[in-house]
Amino acid sequence: MAIKFTRDHEWVSVDGDIATVGITSHAQSALGDVVFVEVPEIGRMLKQKDAAAVVESVKAASEVYAPISGEVVAANADLAGTPALVNEDAEGKAWFFKLKIANKAQLDGLMDKAAYDAFVKESA
Amino acid sequence: MGGPPTTAPLLRTPLYDAHVARGAKMVPFAGYEMPVQYPLGVLKEHLWTRDKAGLFDVSHMGQALLIARDNRHETVARALESLVPADILNLQHGRQRYSQLLADDGGILDDLMISRSARVENDGRLILVVNAACKDADYAHIRARLPDGVVLQPLEDLALLALQGPQAMAVFADLASGVADMPFMTRRYAKIARIDCDVARAGYTGEDGCEISVHASNAAALWTKLTADPRVQPIGLGARDSLRLEAGLCLYGHDIDATTSPIEAGLAWSIQKRRRNEGGFPGLARIRAELKDGPKRLRVGIKPDGRAPAREGTEIVDAAGARIGIVTSGGFGPTVNAPVAMGYVAPGHAMPGSTVHLMVRGKAMLATVVALPFTPHRYLRS
Repeated sequence: MAIKFTRDHEWVSVDGDIATVGITSHAQSALGDVVFVEVPEIGRMLKQKDAAAVVESVKAASEVYAPISGEVVAANADLAGTPALVNEDAEGKAWFFKLKIANKAQLDGLMDKAAYDAFVKESA
Repeated sequence: MGGPPTTAPLLRTPLYDAHVARGAKMVPFAGYEMPVQYPLGVLKEHLWTRDKAGLFDVSHMGQALLIARDNRHETVARALESLVPADILNLQHGRQRYSQLLADDGGILDDLMISRSARVENDGRLILVVNAACKDADYAHIRARLPDGVVLQPLEDLALLALQGPQAMAVFADLASGVADMPFMTRRYAKIARIDCDVARAGYTGEDGCEISVHASNAAALWTKLTADPRVQPIGLGARDSLRLEAGLCLYGHDIDATTSPIEAGLAWSIQKRRRNEGGFPGLARIRAELKDGPKRLRVGIKPDGRAPAREGTEIVDAAGARIGIVTSGGFGPTVNAPVAMGYVAPGHAMPGSTVHLMVRGKAMLATVVALPFTPHRYLRS
């Protein structure tokens, strides 16, 4: 399954009706050294664009938004103890949370890799 | 961080090209394009400075001479003492002192370093170093209040570099004679790598080190010479901010401003006894009253108990949820390896060990009032 991207620099990887969400490699690079991550509680119902998680670097605090609506079914417990994982592997081991997808049609509004890369280049 | 919004073109320091060549990320700051970080990144730049030696371009700061036409120290000292609460009259040759430009109500218009030249033939001159974002207002304020016979002369053709860290003096030992022996808060002329410099043993990181005033035309050569040393890395404004925060040092416009007094800010140490007794500076009534009865709020160190940083503007509340203060600087302290903050609280909550709550994203987080600094100062004390 291809990975989709948001204009807020989240990535979403879909496997069946479960979506895994994190921040992009570009986002972690712009943030700099990540020193704090707060992930959502399991069971929380998120609407698309709800503030779902927090990522803070030495420079600034940022919200991580739900790219699509759904129920939180998992959260990455490793990030609280090792926030630097976000800098090391933003689009892999440093996933933030998993959602049970409420509305698959919302995925169609997100960007594919080529569109996201172009978006990043444009906003640079 | 950041200066007032402006449509004027951004200025560049004489080291702009050197920053870009080192891959710095340049950002607008106080009207200048300044390096916020280099490829090393804020965290590693911070730790490098605490471990080795960090080189900072602080040429955006205002350097100026205050000159008495009669060449007498007393004349220039008395003129400045009418604006700041420090004892300048008894400032010895080659000595530097920290003070504040005060408004009539005792609020802080800027904080600054004041030095008297080490050279007797330069008597009647004081060297001022003021904040970049304040310099135009400072110069206007000072000029409007100077007596006849005393003039302010901004030194626009100078750059200012700071080398900070436990290995800073070892770096100088190879390039200059005499600098490594200078006591803290002294100033002298020195040749560094055969370049004429005016060196102050001082800094803004809590580490030992120097600030070096150098002619703009020599700044790049000095920068290149210093960065060629493997113990030296260039350090951006990001790490400069986290270093000074861990060191418990105030950032103007954040921890101190026109509403805060030196007593509230915990800067009473910078007002010498003679000035407290004799007065003759703006805001005397408020400062005397606050020294006697205590101020209404006090600047304190705050350590969040958890891992979430509390940023500037975070409300501080008591156990009942009543507001007792505000965070004025906050972030992550790389050396402490935990979030650190400073802010103002009501005096009843200012004792180290007091528990307070910080309102972060709508939730009350436990935090503890702590003595500043977060990391011990390692200035050379003679």
